[in-house]
Amino acid sequence: MIYFDNASTTIPNEEVLDTFTEVTKKFIGNPNSMHQLGYQAKKLIDEATKQVADLLSVKQEEVIFTSSASEANNMAVQGILKAYPFRNKKIVTTPLEHASLQVLFNDLEKNGVEIHYLKLQENGQIDLEDLQKELESEPLLVSIQHVNSEVGIIQNVEEIGKIIQNYPKTFFHVDATQSIGKLPISLENIDLLTCSAHKFFGLKGIACLVKKAQIQLVPLIFGGKSQSIYRAGTPSPALIASFSKALRLAKESETLSFKHVSKLKEKLEQGLQEIDGIIINSYQAGSPYIVNFSIPTVKSETLLHALSEREVYVSTKTACSKGNQSEVLKALMKDDIVASHSIRVSFSKDNTLEEVEQFLKILKEELAVLNFKKGAN
Amino acid sequence: MEKVILIKYGELTTKKKNRSYFVKALLDRISSQLKNLNVQIQRDLSRMLIRVDEEHFSQVLEKLQTIFGIHAYNIAYKVLPIEEEITEMVKEVIKSEDFDTFKVEVKRSNKAFPLTSQEFAKVLGGVVLKNSENKRVDVHHPTLTIHVEIRDKEAFIYTNSYKGLGGYPTGVQGTGLLMLSGGIDSPVAGYLAQKRGIKLEAVYFEALPHTSLEAREKVISLARVLAKYQGDVKLHVVPFTKIQEEIYKNGKPDYTITIMRRMMYRIMERLCKKQKAKCIINGESIGQVASQTLSSMKVINAVTNFPVIRPVACLDKLEIMDIARDIGTYDISILPYEDCCTVFVPKHPVINPTLDTCLAIEKNLNFEKLLDEVVENTFVIKVGCEEQEEFKAFL
Repeated sequence: MIYFDNASTTIPNEEVLDTFTEVTKKFIGNPNSMHQLGYQAKKLIDEATKQVADLLSVKQEEVIFTSSASEANNMAVQGILKAYPFRNKKIVTTPLEHASLQVLFNDLEKNGVEIHYLKLQENGQIDLEDLQKELESEPLLVSIQHVNSEVGIIQNVEEIGKIIQNYPKTFFHVDATQSIGKLPISLENIDLLTCSAHKFFGLKGIACLVKKAQIQLVPLIFGGKSQSIYRAGTPSPALIASFSKALRLAKESETLSFKHVSKLKEKLEQGLQEIDGIIINSYQAGSPYIVNFSIPTVKSETLLHALSEREVYVSTKTACSKGNQSEVLKALMKDDIVASHSIRVSFSKDNTLEEVEQFLKILKEELAVLNFKKGAN
Repeated sequence: MEKVILIKYGELTTKKKNRSYFVKALLDRISSQLKNLNVQIQRDLSRMLIRVDEEHFSQVLEKLQTIFGIHAYNIAYKVLPIEEEITEMVKEVIKSEDFDTFKVEVKRSNKAFPLTSQEFAKVLGGVVLKNSENKRVDVHHPTLTIHVEIRDKEAFIYTNSYKGLGGYPTGVQGTGLLMLSGGIDSPVAGYLAQKRGIKLEAVYFEALPHTSLEAREKVISLARVLAKYQGDVKLHVVPFTKIQEEIYKNGKPDYTITIMRRMMYRIMERLCKKQKAKCIINGESIGQVASQTLSSMKVINAVTNFPVIRPVACLDKLEIMDIARDIGTYDISILPYEDCCTVFVPKHPVINPTLDTCLAIEKNLNFEKLLDEVVENTFVIKVGCEEQEEFKAFL
């Protein structure tokens, strides 16, 4: 098996799984219970949360666990809109965002929230002049992903954060789901940040929203006392501990993994360039974890299934988006063919150069077959 | 260019014959606080010199702010004892300094250096004037003093000093037992006692099940803050419930707090003897609550002739709170868990208790055996300055 779909989800780390099962067995109390068992569970959650806060250089009370990055994104955007009803109901964002924001923005737009999509430069990064211009109207929120999940464009969120700091009535949300544990990021000028454990070898079902202490937020889910006052529901000590451990392990290997996957990306792109008619959509300066390419002669879904038959797993676009073509690629490349014929390869530190070679071989074989069939028709 | 840290002893140097003992104690404290940070420490008569690599520099500075006995310290730049090198360094150093007036002070133990101290100071003064704008020399009250020390193999250049915590190295005065509740005052009292060289062990009176385990955890967190200044703190947890219930059942309601405090002092004395501690320390502040009026103190104190040190006795609540915020105990102290002093509070505690009344009440209480039992059952939790490791295995 060649698993090249790590931007969709990673294969959980054994140690993280051990944490999950052991904590599930040993900490049986409800963390909200007053007795010893509850108290032990609560202490574990506190320690785990503190470790996450330390790893991200934020305060413990600024870490809010959620069920998924989608929930965290929704919570950030909807919560802030509700908390500041008298500010300019305007959100500045990019056409590159994840579906959990894209679909939400569409809905908000119907309900009177102004959404501005920033212009993109040739390299896919946002046009800072456009941002500056939009900030003059003091929008309530700027929401920009750190690393794009389809093509891997890295937005300079640290610089963007600095610019937004000059506008005290505007908050800055960063969807860092594809970057936490992979690329270094400073949260100094970021007000809200989303990340998710299953993207860094953790488990599905646990993610986190970082919300700086001075910012108000109305919860999405109301209820009693929990891990954070901003999100009700019995917190899971096992999931939270597993999140904390996965993040620690990812942070520890961040630099080495980055170097390793950079080599994989280089090798893959070299190999792809030898294939006739192929268009590489990812950028040189993008995340080394993601390579995106289009083959105009073969529909991406057909190719995906052909590869899947050979136990090679890639994506057409982000696993969460609907429809047949990539809105992101359309925005970037302004070309329907490229947008509907794209394949995403996404690496993890556990992938190898041999797998890349093997992948290229299989890809060429499958393309030969598919192109031949097409020709025969 | 290499940076080193120079530590001045301050008050320690007044201790004449005991000086070497105090300096040794300080050296021990510094070595233990800076272990694992890859430092070399050299000591001479008037100060210590710490060599540290760039990677650990800021960590070392942070740690120095947790060591009592350091009066002041300087960050010095080390160069070769050659005129040109020193001059270049002085030029470099003044770039980042904000000053109007200055003087240059040269000390020269390296007699092979071609200029005398005064001559070289003049030369360097000229260098500073030439390399800055609108600065004046003022030898009496300069805003910046540039120190240059020329030794045989190296020269140090440093400017104004940073303030250390002051006080005496923790432990030079022996051990004291701190009555540590969850409140704001007692941790501050402990900190101030540490400052005067007392090594602390803490005593927590626990009233399970009337108080919660969270209350104990809060006290552990407070002890952890104090451990930053001395290393591990032994926390003695006294199971106090039976005594409190006995007092509550048989005492006069307005005297319950007074009698309770007398019992605590009795336990403290026994623990002091057991731990070979020399004094009791607590967070009483004159007049703050009924049990802390002078009349109450007199009656409560009557049960022991161990010295009872009350470092915050004469501070206002706001002054105590300021220190608590500075040392980081305030946010922990205000967590809302009941402690043993708040669960059995009478409506109107007596403000001017008399010893006779106390003795009369205590005659009806069967407390000697209870005290023995309580001291017997007291257990110790060792609190380090780092978080407990118990959960680390999972994380």
